[in-house]
Amino acid sequence: MKLSIAGWLFVAPALLAILVFFVVPVAAALLMSATDFDIYALADLHNVRFIGLDNYLQLLQRPLFWRALENTLFFVVVGVPLSIAVSLGSALLLNSRLAWFRGFYRTALFAPVVTTLAAVAVVWVFLLHTRYGLLNYALSWFGLHPVDWLGDPHWAMPAIVLLSVWKNFGYNMIILLAGLQAIPGDLYEAAQLDGAGAGATFWHVTVPALAPVLLMVSILTMAGHFQIFAEPYVMTQGGPAEHTVTVLYLMYEDGFKWWSLGSASSVAFVLFLFMLAFSFMQTRLTRAGST
Amino acid sequence: MKSGVTDARSWSRRGFFRAMAGLCVSACARTDGQVLRFWAMGREGEVATVLLRAFERENPGLAVRVEQLPWSAAHEKLLTAFAGDATPDVAQMGNTWLPEFVALHALEPLDQSIRGSPIDLTDYDAGILDTNVVEGRQYGVPWYVDTRVLFYRRDLLAKAGYSAAPRDWDEWTRMLVAIKDEVGPERYAILLPLNEYEPMVALWLQQGEPLLRDGGRYGNFRSPGFERTLRFYLSMYERHLAPPVSHNEIANVWNEFARGYFSFYISGPWQMGEFKRRLPAELQPAWMTAPLPGPQGPGASIAGGSSLAIFRRSRSKEAALKLVEFLSRPQVQQEFYRLTGDLPARRSAWTDPSLAQDPHARAFRDQLERVRPVPKVPEWERIATELMLVMEKVVRGDLPVRGVAEELDARADRILAKRRWMLDRRAQG
Repeated sequence: MKLSIAGWLFVAPALLAILVFFVVPVAAALLMSATDFDIYALADLHNVRFIGLDNYLQLLQRPLFWRALENTLFFVVVGVPLSIAVSLGSALLLNSRLAWFRGFYRTALFAPVVTTLAAVAVVWVFLLHTRYGLLNYALSWFGLHPVDWLGDPHWAMPAIVLLSVWKNFGYNMIILLAGLQAIPGDLYEAAQLDGAGAGATFWHVTVPALAPVLLMVSILTMAGHFQIFAEPYVMTQGGPAEHTVTVLYLMYEDGFKWWSLGSASSVAFVLFLFMLAFSFMQTRLTRAGST
Repeated sequence: MKSGVTDARSWSRRGFFRAMAGLCVSACARTDGQVLRFWAMGREGEVATVLLRAFERENPGLAVRVEQLPWSAAHEKLLTAFAGDATPDVAQMGNTWLPEFVALHALEPLDQSIRGSPIDLTDYDAGILDTNVVEGRQYGVPWYVDTRVLFYRRDLLAKAGYSAAPRDWDEWTRMLVAIKDEVGPERYAILLPLNEYEPMVALWLQQGEPLLRDGGRYGNFRSPGFERTLRFYLSMYERHLAPPVSHNEIANVWNEFARGYFSFYISGPWQMGEFKRRLPAELQPAWMTAPLPGPQGPGASIAGGSSLAIFRRSRSKEAALKLVEFLSRPQVQQEFYRLTGDLPARRSAWTDPSLAQDPHARAFRDQLERVRPVPKVPEWERIATELMLVMEKVVRGDLPVRGVAEELDARADRILAKRRWMLDRRAQG
């Protein structure tokens, strides 16, 4: 009994912090999402009306919300596998005994992660420029027409994916590299003795041994991708024609640009539900795959 | 060794008490005034510190603490300061923000105090002064002014056969077509970025009808004036006079202007300094400014700029008014112009030789005689943003032109719903 009190006392500071900085704000946001809290409410709380689920119902009727959801899902469905594939590929290259200057490349490939997005965006706007961009110049070698990356509604989101993969793959690469280095060498030796080729070794030794790390990386990457905001914010401000407005961007505009905090809170909770469902599916899928 | 430690500790304790005392001085400033808190943005904030040295010399015992806010965060910071009961005594405010802060009851009405002060309101442009008047009361004093005019390439216009800037829409259109014929399919005559609403709003203001109707209760997009503006604006893209691009695709406006990618551009006074700094030397004689052409003869433009406002919760309002008076003096306004390049709000300050002799500033002086405020409701910026988004979709072919006015009115009315409820409730008492 006494021991349990002592235990509670020890965790009390942490619990208090979680209560004050997490539970209370989330509860307040949930309450707010049932009101029309806005700039007028800031002046006088009598201007707040309790409107129940109206924010959620209105959100579901808003074409921009569905557009934002579509954009976000595109970013998740295309961006997450691409980002992990690039991370894994570069981790494998860095882990290879044949590679030279591994320390240098490890730093160089990690550099985009630690550079400021605002500065990166300036460079990328020029890389993606329709008339002087390096990317379109490279495309012209193959006889392809220049693409209006940031101006064409169909290409803006792929351009954002490209930037995001380049900016973020280094982070997962380091985690996967650590995972690769933790795989015991004798497994590879055994595979070699059994006469396994490079492909078979990869699929039957590297991937299963790396599976827990890959699961963690994919959940974290997915959660991060659902919350995409900074890239469209600095590159396109949601344009062209709202084709890079994401769910979080919508929430930011509603909440902090227009101060419709009620409807912004409802966006936050809808996004939360989506992420919850996806993480649940992901763990289910991997559990089904491993048994 | 040991004594050093105690020394440091007692010093830091002393420092702590001193800091607390300092907090009290600023928080407990009485009406006689000791420390005034003044919030200003960007470059204006930097310059204010220099300007206010003379003010502090004039008013011994009155210190001004200038806090600089970055423009990008200023609006949010002012709102959170209001919510957190930490508003300054005086703040620089974008003219278009005033209605919002008036709706919050955050600002002190200044009608009476100005009447008894040396601030001469007849020395301001009517359109600019109007932006500071919300529901019949004055809530700010214009500090510097800003409006949109034409920036154009004289050399390219001359090549197309014209020697002077256009004065009405027909003449303007003829010039744009002539330039387009001259520069070919790869280049354009005018830049109207798809992620800017100001040019179109300026052209709409020229029609002389309200942009919102019934006292800001409903949108007024289904009006003949908007119809004319819409048709004129869209024709720029349809006839390939303007490229269908946003700033993101342009990347660098000054490079493109120098290359002749476009010859006309609608922008504000800050662009004068940028053009002087960023355009190559051989192009300097080639660019000029001109007032906006209107449907028939010289047209109106947007009344912009920043004002000085005093917060209702300030406990040093008299001292705050002294500060506003000081910054509104013509000599101080002239010095402010020399330091920042911001155009002075006092008309008499324009006699400053460097301003009076600047050929590029002349168009602004002329335009300021014909500026009109945008609707003075907190929701206006959001409505204008919807206008911009809808126009972008129309230009990019995502939305048909037919029904645009109905769609915009529907969006505006939805945004104004809360305002209507507030007004109705107030009318009922």
